[in-house]
Amino acid sequence: MSHAAVTEERPSTLRGASLPVWSPWAIAAGSVVVAVLLGLVAGIDSRVQWGLIAGLLFLAGTYGIAAKVEGRRQAKDRIATSLVWVAFLLAVVPLVSLVWTTVARGVKVLDLYFLTHSMGIVADSQPGGGIYHAIIGSLEQVGLATLMAAPIGVLTAIYLVEYGRGGLARAVTFFVDVMTGIPSVVAGLFILSLMLIFEMEPFGFAGSLALAILMVPVVVRSTEEMLKLVPNELREASLALGVPKWRTILKVVLPTSIGGITTGIMLAIARIAGETAPVLLLVFGNRFINNNPFEGAQQSLPLYIYQQYANSAGANAAYDRAWAASLTLIAFVMILNLLARGIARWKAPKSGR
Amino acid sequence: MAKRIDVSGLTAFYGSHKAIEDISMTVEPRSVTAFIGPSGCGKSTFLRTLNRMHEVTPGGRVEGKVLLDEEDLYGQGIDPVSVRREIGMVFQRPNPFPTMSIFDNVAAGLRLNGGYKKSDLNDIVEKSLKGANLWNEVKDRLNKPGSGLSGGQQQRLCIARAIAVEPKVLLMDEPCSALDPISTLAIEDLIGELKERFTIVIVTHNMQQAARVSDRTAFFNLSAVGQPGRLIEIDDTERIFSNPSVQATEDYISGRFG
Repeated sequence: MSHAAVTEERPSTLRGASLPVWSPWAIAAGSVVVAVLLGLVAGIDSRVQWGLIAGLLFLAGTYGIAAKVEGRRQAKDRIATSLVWVAFLLAVVPLVSLVWTTVARGVKVLDLYFLTHSMGIVADSQPGGGIYHAIIGSLEQVGLATLMAAPIGVLTAIYLVEYGRGGLARAVTFFVDVMTGIPSVVAGLFILSLMLIFEMEPFGFAGSLALAILMVPVVVRSTEEMLKLVPNELREASLALGVPKWRTILKVVLPTSIGGITTGIMLAIARIAGETAPVLLLVFGNRFINNNPFEGAQQSLPLYIYQQYANSAGANAAYDRAWAASLTLIAFVMILNLLARGIARWKAPKSGR
Repeated sequence: MAKRIDVSGLTAFYGSHKAIEDISMTVEPRSVTAFIGPSGCGKSTFLRTLNRMHEVTPGGRVEGKVLLDEEDLYGQGIDPVSVRREIGMVFQRPNPFPTMSIFDNVAAGLRLNGGYKKSDLNDIVEKSLKGANLWNEVKDRLNKPGSGLSGGQQQRLCIARAIAVEPKVLLMDEPCSALDPISTLAIEDLIGELKERFTIVIVTHNMQQAARVSDRTAFFNLSAVGQPGRLIEIDDTERIFSNPSVQATEDYISGRFG
């Protein structure tokens, strides 16, 4: 008699009935089939509703079957796992759909000509033209905003984490929180009021100012978190070597957290790159190439998308350009994110042996 | 090169909480002084007051005098940064800078403080690593990150980093508590060598360690939880462990309380 046989015969308190490994997939497939049938029978047109019914069936089915076979505790465990999966799918489906639609519609007119020409001699209803002026405008406005907001944000965070004690630090934290909640159009109106007081015409840098206002709190928050992650022992080790506090921050604290800080700044850039309202108020939009952000109206990608859509008068050429510009904007933000990840990985403290 | 420390009437606070009260002692140059006592009795706090690291903690402040060869560390116009260059420190947990290589870790004190000749840097790093008995293990990978070393090697790297700036006094806050017996032995041997050049103060929970490495031992205790810690007695290590003058010391050493 083999050893295994003996073990099986002995009644075990540690082993209970369990569903096979493939059971979640089977339940999921079953739920989808039932949901489709239900949808067809009940005459529900919306595929979204089919999906929601399938999700609910999947949750209920998982719990019911698991409770029957495995017991209630395992059923709770399974339903928690299922909830996570359903939530994940609910989040991913719109994302994939959005990216797919943008790519499918955007590639129609997206080519080198589109990226290197402006709308100078093309009417909105005609095909042709491009987004060169919008790319230049976006890069300059976002670049200038970053040049202003990144140092202010990082320095504020350094103050809050390394020096700030008592009332002033609490006040700064409070106002950073308030700034996080400023709607972009309000930031635009704030700069616009200044512009009207000084009787200025729209220009790119005014947009940068509004974008910087939106960017600062994001940079402060992320940098603060990154600086807090630096172990206090490193600061003490440096101080105990007789290194002054400011050099400790510059040479030990910042290098240790530079990857995370860069990521935070990149994400903040990604956030402001898609802002339309302040640009609409302050930069105004322009059909021609304007390389000077300090004088005259400029264009920017989000504003271009809005204007092509709004002024299209039903012309397909304008819609196509709007989608292509959207794709460019998404690609721009995506490249920034990839860059941020690359920098974070490259700069992260290494543990190599 | 090594300097004497004279402490008189030292009291340290965390905010309004009094952590240690009225401590006076003398630490002789070129000797090892060990601090022993139960957890929370203020050994580490007292150690940190000796190079003004205590005030780095928010709310930390100190009353009393700490004389380093006749100069009061808490006197008017004394720069805590200069104090810490004279009195180095090694911490409980090894804490090499994660962004720096082994070489850069040792050179960190010099590089960040300035005032050295570039041509001397290689020699200083080699000398410090040899001084910390680490040179043979790392000489082929000086450009690798310091965090890739084992715990015991990291701690010796931290000692090398501390002695590279040529301090007069070296404070060690339970330097072996995170290490295995072999690494502990390596560091204890190292302490025996380092005392030829430095004044060493070491906090330890391991009484055999105190007996092995130190020339003098100070016993700290607190009368009750929440009360400030006090210095009970300081004497030659041999005497503390064989015939202490205070009953509490004997009770602690023989394991009857604390």
